[in-house]
Amino acid sequence: MSAYLNPTIAALTLRATLGRRRAFLFAIPAVILIALTLVLRASRPGADVLWPDRVLGDFGFSVLLPLTALIIGTGVLGAEIDDGSAIHLLATPVRRGSIVVTKFAVAAAVTAVFAAVPELLAGLLAPDSAKLAVALFVGALVGSVIYSAVFLLASVLTTRAIAFGLLYVLIWEGLLSNLVGGARILSIAHYCLGIANAIHPDTNLNAGLSLATSLILGVIVTIGALILATRRLSAFAIQGEPA
Amino acid sequence: MTVIEIKNVSRWYGNVVAVNDITMEIGPGVTGLLGPNGAGKSTILHMIAGFLAPSRGTLTVHPVLGEPVPTWRNPDIYRSLGLVPERDSVYAFLTGREFVSSTAKLHELANPGAATRKAIEMTDMEQAADRRIATYSKGMRQRIKVAAALVHDPEILLLDEPFNGMDPRQRIHMMELLAKLGAEGRTILFSSHILEEVERLSGTIQVMVAGRLAASGDFRAIRRLMTSRPHVFNVRSSDDRRLAALLVGRPYTTAVELTAKGLQVRTSDFGAFCAQIAVLTRDNKIALRELLPTDESLESVFGYLISSQGS
Repeated sequence: MSAYLNPTIAALTLRATLGRRRAFLFAIPAVILIALTLVLRASRPGADVLWPDRVLGDFGFSVLLPLTALIIGTGVLGAEIDDGSAIHLLATPVRRGSIVVTKFAVAAAVTAVFAAVPELLAGLLAPDSAKLAVALFVGALVGSVIYSAVFLLASVLTTRAIAFGLLYVLIWEGLLSNLVGGARILSIAHYCLGIANAIHPDTNLNAGLSLATSLILGVIVTIGALILATRRLSAFAIQGEPA
Repeated sequence: MTVIEIKNVSRWYGNVVAVNDITMEIGPGVTGLLGPNGAGKSTILHMIAGFLAPSRGTLTVHPVLGEPVPTWRNPDIYRSLGLVPERDSVYAFLTGREFVSSTAKLHELANPGAATRKAIEMTDMEQAADRRIATYSKGMRQRIKVAAALVHDPEILLLDEPFNGMDPRQRIHMMELLAKLGAEGRTILFSSHILEEVERLSGTIQVMVAGRLAASGDFRAIRRLMTSRPHVFNVRSSDDRRLAALLVGRPYTTAVELTAKGLQVRTSDFGAFCAQIAVLTRDNKIALRELLPTDESLESVFGYLISSQGS
């Protein structure tokens, strides 16, 4: 994969993603998670509390991780396609696969910094949750990778990637996958929960998939999304819609 | 020598035909793609640049080294092709130098620093190169886009409305630069809807109207065709009736109509009419008060070219 990473594209993408004080914007949900943890720790101390599962599992995995990944994943390439500046990148002989993989790597790394790391910090701050914190951190790292690939693909497929992502996170993951068991096999949040639960079993996490299933589906979805995004970008037409 | 070959190319969007059965060959030197807005110039340029697939027909470029290749879905073509898009979208958070340098690195040039300096110097952007692009005027953005498109020293340079937003000094500089690049043997193709821009820069033009190729070839021949078309003038004088009688006897006059506002004169020879009308009125002691061409819009010129091509 490193052969596909282009340092020039990575540097441009990082500056575009984190520039103009956007880093502060991405940090807001993370700050809320950590602040919430500190407030609850101060107000409900003790070893038998259940709130760390709720805060770290529900808020961290269901809100912080997918929404951060959505904004970053759809922005790393989609923003350039929308404003037309992508043409300066595409009018070079760089392989389209290299563009997609580099953008994906940057999105996954930035999402991990602004979603997975705060999850770890909040877990370590919560009482008696060190093992849970590590498990959720690993799950969130995996989630950063899979979400980034899917949302990057969405940004190449449609100009309404944010709307698509919100519908997926809120309706599919937030509602359907909790009501209909079969919907979990297409839920990235459940892949992450499956991995976290394998590291630190916890019934309050409501993990519905095994470790093996989560890993296999996660790999298939990530690679599939990157291949599709590359194919779509190879047929990029200047008016923004592939022919 | 043909560098860009377009054979029976059409492009449509649903039921709308943007380019209709165009065939043209473009060789080294500067070629202007002239036509009114919506004529299909940008569509053709985008297809040549590999950013749009022809709906029908074939489009190939012939690099100096290597076989003719299609441009659609062929990123390798950008080793010998540079594109300056019309849309004013660049990485505004970069300085001009960083933008050009990034492009040089993406082209994997052996010495991106030297290539960047050369391209910035060619486009006369040294003084502003270390400012962020967000602070540039439209003309400066155009020039830094040209610098980025030239950084890998391409054989073919495509420019979509390159003079938009430039002040007269920048415009002259850009024209000189493109003329120099063309004289060096590169193939420069630029689009414009302004006759004078094309006239000053290119010996060869391709005129497009409503998605079709209306005229093609040497600019002077097409210019003659444009000026020798029938023209209509509104004329007011101190004695319209007598002037009408005098004009009817002239070979360049095809029709004269006496209207409430004066005379409407149709002439088959634009140059002869303009030269003779002043002499005619002076010799016959008629005061000429108004001489107004009525159909000088670019659209009417192009419309004439289309109709003359069809006849």
